[in-house]
Amino acid sequence: MYEFAYHRPASVAEAAKLLAADPEAKLISGGMSLIPVLKQRLARPSALIDLGAIPDLVGISVTATTVTVKGRTTHAAVAASAEVRQAIPALAELASHIGDAQVRNRGTIGGSIAHHDPTADYPAAVLALGATVNTSRRSIAADDFFTGLFATALEPDEIVTAVDFPIPEKAAYVKFPNPASRYAMVGVFVAKGPMGVRVAVTGAGANGVFRHAAMEEALAKSWSPEALEGITTPAEHLNTDIHASREYRAHLIGVMAKRAVAKAG
Amino acid sequence: MGYEGIGASVRRREDLRFLSGRGTYTDDINRPHQAYAVIVRSPHAHARIRGIDISAARSAPGVIAVFTGADMAAEKIGGLPCGWQVKNKDGTPMAEPPHPVLAIGKVRHVGDPVAVVIAETKAQARDAAERIAIEWEVLPAAATMEAALQPGAPSVHDDVPGNVCYDWHLGDKAAVDAAFAKACKVARLELVNNRLIPNAMEPRCAVGEYDAATGDYTLWTTSQNPHVIRLLMGAFVLNIPEHKLRVVAPDVGGGFGSKIYHYAEEAIVTWAAGKLKRPVKWTADRTESFTSDAHGRDHVTEAELALDDQGRFLALRVRTLANMGAYLSTFAPCVPTYLYATLLAGVYTTPAIYAEVKAVFTNTVPVDAYRGAGRPEATFLLERLVDIAALEMGIDRVEIRRRNFIPKDAFPYQTPVALQYDSGDYHRTLDEALKAANWDTFEQRRAEAARRGKLRGIGISTYIEACGIAPSAVVGSLGARAGLYEVANIRVNPTGSITVFTGTHSHGQGHETTFAQLIADRFGVPMSQVEIVHGDTAKVPFGMGTYGSRSLAVGGSAIVRASDKIIAKAKRIAAHLLEASVEDIDFKDGMFRVAGTDRVKSFAEVSLAAYVPHNYPIEELEPGLEETAFYDPKNFTFPAGCHICEVEIDPETGEVEVVNFTAVDDVGRVINPMIVEGQVQGGVAQGIGQALLETCVYDEAGQLLSGSMMDYTMPRADDVPCIQVGTAVTMCTHNPLGVKGCGEVGAIGAPPAVIGAVVDALRDYGVRHIDMPATSQRIWRILDAGRQRLAAE
Repeated sequence: MYEFAYHRPASVAEAAKLLAADPEAKLISGGMSLIPVLKQRLARPSALIDLGAIPDLVGISVTATTVTVKGRTTHAAVAASAEVRQAIPALAELASHIGDAQVRNRGTIGGSIAHHDPTADYPAAVLALGATVNTSRRSIAADDFFTGLFATALEPDEIVTAVDFPIPEKAAYVKFPNPASRYAMVGVFVAKGPMGVRVAVTGAGANGVFRHAAMEEALAKSWSPEALEGITTPAEHLNTDIHASREYRAHLIGVMAKRAVAKAG
Repeated sequence: MGYEGIGASVRRREDLRFLSGRGTYTDDINRPHQAYAVIVRSPHAHARIRGIDISAARSAPGVIAVFTGADMAAEKIGGLPCGWQVKNKDGTPMAEPPHPVLAIGKVRHVGDPVAVVIAETKAQARDAAERIAIEWEVLPAAATMEAALQPGAPSVHDDVPGNVCYDWHLGDKAAVDAAFAKACKVARLELVNNRLIPNAMEPRCAVGEYDAATGDYTLWTTSQNPHVIRLLMGAFVLNIPEHKLRVVAPDVGGGFGSKIYHYAEEAIVTWAAGKLKRPVKWTADRTESFTSDAHGRDHVTEAELALDDQGRFLALRVRTLANMGAYLSTFAPCVPTYLYATLLAGVYTTPAIYAEVKAVFTNTVPVDAYRGAGRPEATFLLERLVDIAALEMGIDRVEIRRRNFIPKDAFPYQTPVALQYDSGDYHRTLDEALKAANWDTFEQRRAEAARRGKLRGIGISTYIEACGIAPSAVVGSLGARAGLYEVANIRVNPTGSITVFTGTHSHGQGHETTFAQLIADRFGVPMSQVEIVHGDTAKVPFGMGTYGSRSLAVGGSAIVRASDKIIAKAKRIAAHLLEASVEDIDFKDGMFRVAGTDRVKSFAEVSLAAYVPHNYPIEELEPGLEETAFYDPKNFTFPAGCHICEVEIDPETGEVEVVNFTAVDDVGRVINPMIVEGQVQGGVAQGIGQALLETCVYDEAGQLLSGSMMDYTMPRADDVPCIQVGTAVTMCTHNPLGVKGCGEVGAIGAPPAVIGAVVDALRDYGVRHIDMPATSQRIWRILDAGRQRLAAE
């Protein structure tokens, strides 16, 4: 780890101001991705701006139509929330399988989606549920939020404050973990609800999370695993590594999607 | 206090300190005025060093010193020695190129140490290390054995053209050729034994210290054998006489072989401590573990088994390429030769065997012994070949094994590959395993799994291994440059408590419990009165350490011998105190008794008399009660057993789940059944890891692609089923305890049972063999090809 300055602002406005003033500064929320990168000296931020002292950023609220998870809410809190379990059980279940217990107790939803690791779980939920990402300055639709590998629509001084998830009629997430890291090698989130029928795939795309148009079309006609029979995924935009070729990932997308639909009921 | 002697499942005494964070590992050692070393390592697999500019690092904050290979060469520091010389077929010695502590002129693998920075803090040393500028001339790499053996391949060592370390053979080629000529059936197999990265939980660490007042050096290090490190480093590398060098291996968090060897960092911190007159500590991070701990396995083999029309084995022919990596690690040459080819008879009566082994240098991390060391490679090859022979001849897998087992009345049994097995009952371990695993009702479970959409398979291995290494004269004649006896010193204290100094080293094996049980059993004292001391050359006589499942068979035997000496002397003291003849003294349950009388002296009373010799046979007996025994084994020991594995495969994803695992092992006499069970379970977990999960991957340029836990798949708790462990014992005939060894049987027996099960599950897809690790991707490809073939038909 290299040396850096450390700030612990008490409000989002103050955090945004610090961030705007120093282009080399990084926000830190749970630190579950950033700390390992710092320890390996793969990043050299001038300062860390710790969001941990901002009480406004933590909490879950549920209305008749929407689950709102504030940016610094931990995965463990989402997983344990009776309200989330009631409203969007797939979201609570997804959160309960991120990393391990230590990661879930530190890692946060805002950190996860702002980082947009291509193997993270949350981006699939945000995209498939058609969520809205609220920031320190605006609201961004999920479809506009994830722009590429480790890239989002966030401006350099913009902070994720909350994510609004429209409550779906049906939803489920199934992942095939990377055998070594246990990150998603392929994760598919399917949802049917106010935002239509949506299928989001994480872990597999060379550019991060993506929607699967052919599957959405088929499921819109008939919400059943059988409807996905014969639908393939072009392999050219998928990841390849020592654990899974593009072709294997493409195949697993089909299997995980069918299982997700079956699980959603 | 319950029964604590031989056969009792006493809880491990060491676990309280390990589980409550009170262990003292090398990284817990901090010396006054200590400095920190960071090693600068090669990012290239193969490159010439055109220049190293250390000036910026030297002037960085907190930096005390920067050293390179040139600095060590200027002081005539030797290279890291190899402890075993294997000879070529023509009798000439193997190629043994130098292994500099810090690279000189050229680097040969990613992770090869190039320079060391020593600073006041570790962070400062790291910062400065980044300021060392090295001008590289990157050379083409020989990253695989195939690449290294190509004509015109890059030479890993300029003076070893062709990259062959040795070309060795064992067995009777003419007899094998003759047997093949008349064979009714020949089963053939080509396979890869996958390269593994050991990943002990505790990364390596070394702290060197020099006392300018006395001229004494001390090295604390993560080692399985501190005396061996003292000998190799003192005599061959740093030229420090042994009486001025103390090596301490305190609590060590797992070794699996990777902490046997003498590593560069041990020499660096010791040498630097002497130069700087300050203690120097180096601790590996996990990335360094991946690129500097010796790796394991890495064979490519072609084998053929000749059979008669009844499925009886007539002859075995084996050709193996074994990867040595870039340099010869301490015991690397013996692993694919004397610990491998000598095991190719297995538990079978194969009358003729011929093996050829070519060891190859590549631009990769050195490869050396890893849990099992050669024996898992031999077992995997043989058991897979037996399965294939059974499949191709239409003989049941169990039946073909029975037809070829060495019968239990044939011991001692001389194999055609040098070893003489002393005891065993292979039908019995097989029968008990089949029964425990419900082998006969497997087809019901297969059908039930099929109804759930799963492909279920069952696999079996009947293995043997050689451990208790080893008779010194025998290994010496085979090229070992060390003796392989073991030592025990037993010090009875004046009040009758007992301190045992053992030359073995415990880094997970539970010696502090097992050895204390031996003493409790021998002397009739409670375990609480017994202390086991190991791992410090200043305390323990010269011992050889722990590896090859040798600690109980060799180290335990030394303890027995020393105990016998103590008891013999104590009886003479007791006879004097009891005014009886020594022949009339019985020793039982901690009491010396004049036979047939109620006249007794306790062990504590006799001990006290030895140290307060007022009433003592001083004319004929020295005071004191302390004895040492060096035990050199007469033979290897030969644990054997049967492992049975059941897997279920998800045909949609190729995922394998191990659903049942049964191990019935003959490890000789069992001292602590709970510890034996734990050793077998740990070994099986590693065997499952090799079979399904773990593999070291280098790209063509020699970059390590599986260089972190993100990409190297270690087995986790949910990858391993509840393992059913049983023992079916025959006694070792040549050591005083009848023990054989249990540390490696799991890692040896499991892989072929797991792969056999995977192949069985895929039997409808025309699969006869699948290489390890049988990952979901590898299995999906087989399933996908099978489905496409079916669709085409």
